[in-house]
Amino acid sequence: MSLGQRVATDHQLARLLQIGVVLEEVVESRAAHHLESLPEAEREAIDPDVEALLDEAADESAEHRDRLAALVDELEAETVPYEEINALVDARYGPPEGTDGVLYDQLCNEETAYKFYDDLIGAIESSDAEYAIDREEVLETLRAIREEEREGVEDVTEIMERRA
Amino acid sequence: MNTADQYLKAVYLAQRMEDGPAATGTLADMLDVSPASVNEMVGKLEERGLLEHEKYKGATLTDEGIERAHDALTTYCIIERFLTNVLEVEEFRDEARALEAVIDDTVAERLDTIIDRPAECPECFDPEADCCSYLEPSLD
Repeated sequence: MSLGQRVATDHQLARLLQIGVVLEEVVESRAAHHLESLPEAEREAIDPDVEALLDEAADESAEHRDRLAALVDELEAETVPYEEINALVDARYGPPEGTDGVLYDQLCNEETAYKFYDDLIGAIESSDAEYAIDREEVLETLRAIREEEREGVEDVTEIMERRA
Repeated sequence: MNTADQYLKAVYLAQRMEDGPAATGTLADMLDVSPASVNEMVGKLEERGLLEHEKYKGATLTDEGIERAHDALTTYCIIERFLTNVLEVEEFRDEARALEAVIDDTVAERLDTIIDRPAECPECFDPEADCCSYLEPSLD
């Protein structure tokens, strides 16, 4: 057991970035599943803002995944292919209840991703370890992604408030 | 998982191993910290009503402490299972120990949506082996 948050080695950093990739893949896959899961009547009458939000969330996650995967690659590690994670999501997927359930799940996705990047940035900042890749490059990438996750939380909250 | 939750989990597991209060020395070994650090944190957790400490015997979790420890252990089990099932990490125990401080319970909840866990989790956690009794640890 290791107390305190810090990323001490390349191996740990690569592992945490791999987890980030999987989280993004889960978000992307769940967003795609949500649209398909809605009852036909609800899908046809879906709020265009919600549809656009889910599409953007999936695109943004795919883009985040690529940026993280590039860092993992520099650390000479591998990432889990999207198809594998999509199959795992598919196997255990339980659709949320209606459009509001979908939005709530999307909010959890964005908040979780924000928290993950925030913790990871803190853990890298509190370590004085030298990594095989440029620390600033890693931090810049993670901070940019964290900012987009924060905006994502705001976007979902805005739609939820409007629908309330 | 924050430091307090890591302590609560350790107390919970030590109580199970020792079938009684968790001794300071046991906790220090499990957490790889000094007995003085354990005493300091145990004092803080006692003030917060999460455990009771009896001199020369050790720490015993309160009901609220047990609940928090249970959640922390569940988070830990998710990390171990995720590492072994999804990322196919052989040394999942060592890696889970190294990562648990950085993985929050909300993140673990998301990872939990793609793994299978036994219904009795985290009761099936084996404190001696430091992993779920259904997982096969590699030889360290």
